[in-house]
Amino acid sequence: MIHAFNFKNEYFVYDVESGSLHEIDKIIYDILRGGDLSAYDEAEIAEAKQEIVQLKSQGLLDAEAPEYKPQEKRLDVKAMCLHVCHDCNLRCGYCFAKEGTYSGAREMMSFETAKKAMDFLIDNSADRKILEVDFFGGEPLMNFDVLKRTVEYAKKRGGEKGKIFKFTTTTNGVLLNKETSDYLNAEMDNVVLSLDGRKEVNDAVRKTANGKGSFDLIIDNFKYFRSIRGDKSYFVRGTFTAKNLDFSKDVLFMNDLGFDQISIEPVVLPEEHPLAIHESDLPIIFAEYEKLAEEYIKRRQTDKWFSFFHFVLHLDDGPCYKKRLVGCGAGSEYLAVAPNGDIYPCHQFVGENKYVIGNVNGGALNDDLRHAFARSSIFTKPECMNCWAKYHCSGGCNANAVHANGDMNKPYRTACEMMKKRLECSMYIFAKEKAGDVF
Amino acid sequence: MKHVKTIAKPELNKIAKNSGCGECRKNVCEQK
Repeated sequence: MIHAFNFKNEYFVYDVESGSLHEIDKIIYDILRGGDLSAYDEAEIAEAKQEIVQLKSQGLLDAEAPEYKPQEKRLDVKAMCLHVCHDCNLRCGYCFAKEGTYSGAREMMSFETAKKAMDFLIDNSADRKILEVDFFGGEPLMNFDVLKRTVEYAKKRGGEKGKIFKFTTTTNGVLLNKETSDYLNAEMDNVVLSLDGRKEVNDAVRKTANGKGSFDLIIDNFKYFRSIRGDKSYFVRGTFTAKNLDFSKDVLFMNDLGFDQISIEPVVLPEEHPLAIHESDLPIIFAEYEKLAEEYIKRRQTDKWFSFFHFVLHLDDGPCYKKRLVGCGAGSEYLAVAPNGDIYPCHQFVGENKYVIGNVNGGALNDDLRHAFARSSIFTKPECMNCWAKYHCSGGCNANAVHANGDMNKPYRTACEMMKKRLECSMYIFAKEKAGDVF
Repeated sequence: MKHVKTIAKPELNKIAKNSGCGECRKNVCEQK
């Protein structure tokens, strides 16, 4: 399978099975796409076709898929999302966690439950050495004491078992002061700072409990954290909605504030929600990604260098084949634990009773549910098997598929289309930067 | 080649059998 595409009148072909990317002349593009060849003379066409044959003979175009028998994913656990707090000090208009409560009670995880969650992770991790814990909510810093004690416990117990822990915290920044910042900087392998971009965009949806915008409340906290973070991982991570389809301005605004690790994601909401993105918005969104790609290349040549999460694409040395089939591992190698100890396939299923896998306090696990997630891969999704992007999105988000189509094996099409556009942008950027052919 | 410039050729399909160490995991392989 191949994918030939045109980006700003430059032509590329991506070979799906070998992972090869070629920059091509328009004549090759037209031949591969079955286009009109009347503008070319016969000698040119013959020469171009010969080059296509040569690429195929080298295994770099239309390459064969590897002989690989679909397998269930491993059920030993690699990563856990720990919901230390089901409460929040913001009231964001698009929050899937419903003010942090996940449609349940406002609740804090006790240290006893957090300890049992760490024990569950360690005891169910088989021979994996590196384990990961994401502190999540709600707003996890509202339960800062339990967060700190959990880190200390996991490191001690993990050390006894030969495990290395990597921690992440996602925070809205309201409680990010010198004490919490210095702690997160010292203990977290990654910190995700939630900010939607321009003040008016952020404040239209990310509001405090009394209805005021949060930008002025958090921005200096984020700047302080950035100032002490150095080269360690962090992300300023935003959400764009139907109200800011010009989101490239928000990405560049965050870069102008001094942040150099940036991500912005399309909101996923029911069709009728006023902030929801619809398929009819896709042409505007595609143009915005293209605009961002061009500015991205320019800025990376200057002192405003930054990394945009979705444009990071290492074609030469990315994940191995097997990893590309697994995706995030929700329900198998990745689980989420609610404050009461209930275990879910991932944070996006928390609060949905039919997706409870078990509880860290003991009792049987719902193995049928875990196996259903473990079986799910691009091989169980017919639309994915015929898609050129399958080894980069790994079948997409199971939660989005369930919430959009009622079936984890029916991908959420709007997200698929955006993923493919971002990949084309990423391949264009990769080609330009590798060739040194920048603006 | 006159009409083609190869940008990347990781030969992903050739290493399928050897992959999957299980140590990697809100797009570089540390094990190379």
